[in-house]
Amino acid sequence: MGGSSRSKRLSEDRPLASTGLALRPRRSRSVLHSSERAATALSLGFVTAFLTVIVALPIAALIWASKKRGGSDFWQAVSNPEAVAALKLTISVAVIAALVNAVFGTIIAWVLVRDEFRGKSIVNALIDLPFALPTIVAGLVVLAFYGTSSPLGINVAFTRTAIVLALLFVTLPFVVRTVQPVLIELDKDMEEAARSLGADEFTVFRRIVLPSILPGILSGVTMAFARAIGEIGAIVLISGNLPYKTEVSSVYIFLRNQGGDPAGASAVAVVLLSISFAVLLAVGGVRRFATRYERA
Amino acid sequence: MLRRKLTLRAVAFMYLLMILVGPLSMIFWRIGKDGVTNAWEALIAHDTIHAFQVTLTIAIIAVPLNTIFGIVVSLAIVRKKFPGKGLVNAFVDLPLALSPVVVGLALFLLYGRTGWFGSWFIAHHIQILFALPAMVLATIFVSVPFVAREVVPTLREIGDDQEQAARTLGATGWQTFWRITLPSIRWAVVYGVVLTTARCLGEFGAVAVVSGSIQGKTETATLRVDEEYQNLNYAGAYGISLVLAAIAILVLITMTVSRPKEGTS
Repeated sequence: MGGSSRSKRLSEDRPLASTGLALRPRRSRSVLHSSERAATALSLGFVTAFLTVIVALPIAALIWASKKRGGSDFWQAVSNPEAVAALKLTISVAVIAALVNAVFGTIIAWVLVRDEFRGKSIVNALIDLPFALPTIVAGLVVLAFYGTSSPLGINVAFTRTAIVLALLFVTLPFVVRTVQPVLIELDKDMEEAARSLGADEFTVFRRIVLPSILPGILSGVTMAFARAIGEIGAIVLISGNLPYKTEVSSVYIFLRNQGGDPAGASAVAVVLLSISFAVLLAVGGVRRFATRYERA
Repeated sequence: MLRRKLTLRAVAFMYLLMILVGPLSMIFWRIGKDGVTNAWEALIAHDTIHAFQVTLTIAIIAVPLNTIFGIVVSLAIVRKKFPGKGLVNAFVDLPLALSPVVVGLALFLLYGRTGWFGSWFIAHHIQILFALPAMVLATIFVSVPFVAREVVPTLREIGDDQEQAARTLGATGWQTFWRITLPSIRWAVVYGVVLTTARCLGEFGAVAVVSGSIQGKTETATLRVDEEYQNLNYAGAYGISLVLAAIAILVLITMTVSRPKEGTS
């Protein structure tokens, strides 16, 4: 933190500092400055053009299409019972998956940092697998493990449990990867001190470890929640997509659009879009809170 | 103390087994059950090979574009001051939190018949939707954040003292970038590129909306898995999945090799 603010100050001071030092001939400095300014303009122009074409214009077209037919149509599309059922289901399975992975993600992070065992680096690498594996493959294998021909003898195919299991697979890395670095940095002395003063293990965790890793857990949970809200690949095979029962919002949007009602699909899509923006704001807020907490 | 440690370890292992390793091992189990030859035949079928070609083509276009953009936008975010920086940050992060189906639908509406761009392209007989261009655009959209998210923290961490020194000694901006900045962020770039590639090869939802999944034409490898499964050709679905999982494991190995060098300690 200190380093970055210092370098920011340095870069702000640069023009002043360079006018103070008359080591370089004036002409070359002005050439340097103008070429640098041109490079800055070029890179900012490229960034703006890229983001406009790739991200901003499609998003604008989506919002425009959802509002095109007026507000009442928008609300009608959003409050369509099937859409409402899908949204309720999506939010509840996403919350469950995010919370379960908050608990187990924290335990896994703890084991990866504080425990020693053979093959730890392999287990550590394995955590990232859901990020690297195509989600449709994730859905397929979860279905194979828990579906009709499960070797465990359980069959949850086409149920809400199956959706949660698929979401647990794809959102597994988030909390592990946000808690792990904090645990590595955490000073063990405080825990030792608390223990020597008679605190039991649970008190040490609750009063010393948890406050430090809580921002990490929160931002991990929020990102996992966002991921779970929008997931389709892992869910589409395992859920059966039964309306009012196992149809999540992303599948609803997909089928609506395919069925020739892009406007109805876009209204629900705008709801998901606003959830995404809210999540990003929340993650930013957690991060800001965490850094302030650190400085104090 | 020791018992608690062992309990936690057992809980972590059990969870990983039930959620991750168990399901994953099913690829081999099912291929063994449905027959290796069946899986192989499905893999060398014309439509499957074509699907992998489409996936590769998309990745070859999308990955370099996103790599260049990722580096440029990271430098802008960390080293420059400009109005609207918050907005740029938000747009770079957005694809991480947004449903791929929403991304696909947005492109569908922009390039569709009634969209702002759609009518122009249709009038000029340029096929965007249900063709490679829309699939590439969708893939670029969903994989925008990965390079920037790795490079931005690294750039912050190294600071700009060395770059300043190079400038003072008379290096041009271009020279400073190639000789100082790029070498110090190279592992972050590698890591970001690997994640981008994985995302491009594995994309499903966004591409499903804009491609129309036309067999032998606009079907990617992931769409092919879905198709094979729906057609009850399980051997094919698991066979393609095995290849995709092998790529994912290759990605993991590259990530493990490239990560510690950055000094994560």
